[in-house]
Amino acid sequence: MTDQTTQTPIAAASASSSKGGMFGLAAKDTTLFLVVIGLVIFAPFILNPFPEGSAMAQFNAGYPDLMQRFVIFGILAIGFNILFGLTGYLSFGHAAFLGVGSYAAIWSLKLFTLNVIPAILFAIVVGGFFAWVIGKISLKRSGIYFSILTLAFAQMSFAMAYSVLTPITGGETGLQIKNTDNPLIGGPTDGSIGRANLFGAEMGNSFELGIGNWVFTFNLGYYIAAFAMIVAFYLSIRIFRSPFGIMLRAVKSNQNRMNYTGLTPKVYTLYAFVISGMYAGLAGGLMVAMDTQVGPERMFWTASGEIVIMTILGGAGTLIGPVLGAGSIKYMENILSKINKDVLHQWFAMLPDGLEDVVVEFAYIFVGKQWHFTLGIVFMLVVIFLPGGLVEGAQRVSARFGRKKKATDTTDNSASTSAE
Amino acid sequence: MDQIIVQILNGLDKGSAYALIALGLTLIFGTLGVVNFAHGALFMMGAFCAVVTSKILSSSHKVVDETRTDFLGNPLEVDVFYMQDWFGETAGAAIMDWAVPLAILVSIPVMILIGFIMERGLIKHFYKRPHADQILVTFGLAIVMGEVIKYYFGANPIQTPAPEALSGRVDFGVWLGYGPNAIVYPMWRLVYFFFSASIIAAVFAFLQFTTFGMVVRAGMADRETVGLLGIDIDKRFTFMFGLAAAVAGIAGVMYAPIVSPAYTMGMDWLVLSFVVVVVGGMGSLPGAVLAGFVLGIIESFASMPGVVNLLPGINQIIIYVVAIAILLIRPRGLMGRKGVMED
Repeated sequence: MTDQTTQTPIAAASASSSKGGMFGLAAKDTTLFLVVIGLVIFAPFILNPFPEGSAMAQFNAGYPDLMQRFVIFGILAIGFNILFGLTGYLSFGHAAFLGVGSYAAIWSLKLFTLNVIPAILFAIVVGGFFAWVIGKISLKRSGIYFSILTLAFAQMSFAMAYSVLTPITGGETGLQIKNTDNPLIGGPTDGSIGRANLFGAEMGNSFELGIGNWVFTFNLGYYIAAFAMIVAFYLSIRIFRSPFGIMLRAVKSNQNRMNYTGLTPKVYTLYAFVISGMYAGLAGGLMVAMDTQVGPERMFWTASGEIVIMTILGGAGTLIGPVLGAGSIKYMENILSKINKDVLHQWFAMLPDGLEDVVVEFAYIFVGKQWHFTLGIVFMLVVIFLPGGLVEGAQRVSARFGRKKKATDTTDNSASTSAE
Repeated sequence: MDQIIVQILNGLDKGSAYALIALGLTLIFGTLGVVNFAHGALFMMGAFCAVVTSKILSSSHKVVDETRTDFLGNPLEVDVFYMQDWFGETAGAAIMDWAVPLAILVSIPVMILIGFIMERGLIKHFYKRPHADQILVTFGLAIVMGEVIKYYFGANPIQTPAPEALSGRVDFGVWLGYGPNAIVYPMWRLVYFFFSASIIAAVFAFLQFTTFGMVVRAGMADRETVGLLGIDIDKRFTFMFGLAAAVAGIAGVMYAPIVSPAYTMGMDWLVLSFVVVVVGGMGSLPGAVLAGFVLGIIESFASMPGVVNLLPGINQIIIYVVAIAILLIRPRGLMGRKGVMED
């Protein structure tokens, strides 16, 4: 660790006390926050740039299901970033909290009420509690031992949800809302399958707006999740800029020094772990609110790995990075995997026949069912060349074009040192 | 009693696969100080060496056999295997039958080459980076390797049978003085155990009794001093990476008849073998082997019907429970040294 890193948080903290912002944020954070709010609110427009029926329409991401996933995984990555980005503790078991939150939420929907708000709150509480228990034990160790402990706990939760805990988790088939469920408050009386709702408005409710050839969908579920993400993002800015956030950075850079100063690094790390567990619980609760089912595979270690990849890809330790990472991975997952050979043949139709086949064969390695291949390559390239993730990439690009000032304004300036 | 012996055999069998992978992981970690999350992928590559070898050996071409006709009266087309063309009827059949053991010969150079390329092309640049970066980049590499295999071989497991002579069952109980049919055990699994044990012994002997191994051990203890003595320790460590890859590969080749290779196996084994390494103690070779066998045996005892009835699902979580318990009671694992990975 260089001196630069120890100075950065202090600089960041003094920035937060400077004038000119709203919501108790510094000016540059306010700008970032407002930009994020704007993007999230107008996402149905922004993500649907191509008219219906055009060849490019398959690149549209403005449908509710995908937009919900953008914001939900965004929440997940923001939470993970509070742990990994600030304290440097690499948890390989975060999917466990996601899964536990999901199970908590679905039980709330099944037994208590079909309103999503109690379900989501319950998911946060349960996710946080679970994180507290696991964190209490795992944080006895650090480094790779911590990673393996969290991984072991998550795999254990997965295996138990899959087998022993079948009465609670539904085993392999998981849990859904059934017409036999009878919630305490306001279940359906006509024997139909209840749907998750917000004071009567169902999550699937959408308003479609047609302008010319464009169709924009405004979905209630998306806006609920988006609201949660905005709150989550706001809290994460506050945490990053607070004295508590600086303590977390100190955990990463020099624990000995903290000890000598009379502070206990483990306590702060445990708080960070619980907070990120609550974020994961929130994400799990929202997933269930949008799509009322849950299965144990949500806790499998590949899901934990995905969270790690998202955060690193976007830029660990930066504010906006995890959201970018989550968005780009979910976009790749949905859009790349839809491209098949026919589509590729359409694209390269202008090439001569023999060449066309060769190009299509080559391009097909990267899309369709093999999209994970592209993901792996991109992820490796980012780790090798851009330890600060997409955010660092953006900074470098804007530095190249002589607009460095703007880049440091919109991103956290510890980006370049964050992945260490 | 015979139940217990069967479980011990099961455990030794599973444990020897754990031990081989964990041994390779520890070799890499101990020499180069790199946490290799792609080691499970190397195991998978080995298993697919067996698949490819058996595919190549059983490649055939069609020949029209004038003496026989199909049901329409046309001359029958018969598949003729190249191996039988070249080496005669029986010898060719034997070669095809022994494809998996022959694949070991193929896999050793292939895996050493893959190991060299990995180390020189990628890992080399990560010595000075933090462990988290090493984990992440090799994790990405593991995804890529898995997807390449999936692209060429599909997502379904590919059956790769053991040689006819070794694929039967042995009446193991008779050897121990039990009555006939008391303990019957698949022959190949016994072969696997003895094979792994000899590989492990060979690796240890190599490190213990050769000059090369001595230098490597010295380098593990104090890299700088060995370098100052004018020995090119980096070159030897690169070779050790190749060796570790070859050990993982051979483990994979031999395991192919037991569990049909699929592209997911790398990741599945990686998680477990990391748990094994950590339980054994990061950087300790005997620890890795010991932990591999201990966890294998514990796991197979936990899968006994009586135990599963008592504690349902215990067989699925026992390894993690043991790992967590050991890490909390003996923070450095069974045989871990002080100061390894304790940043």
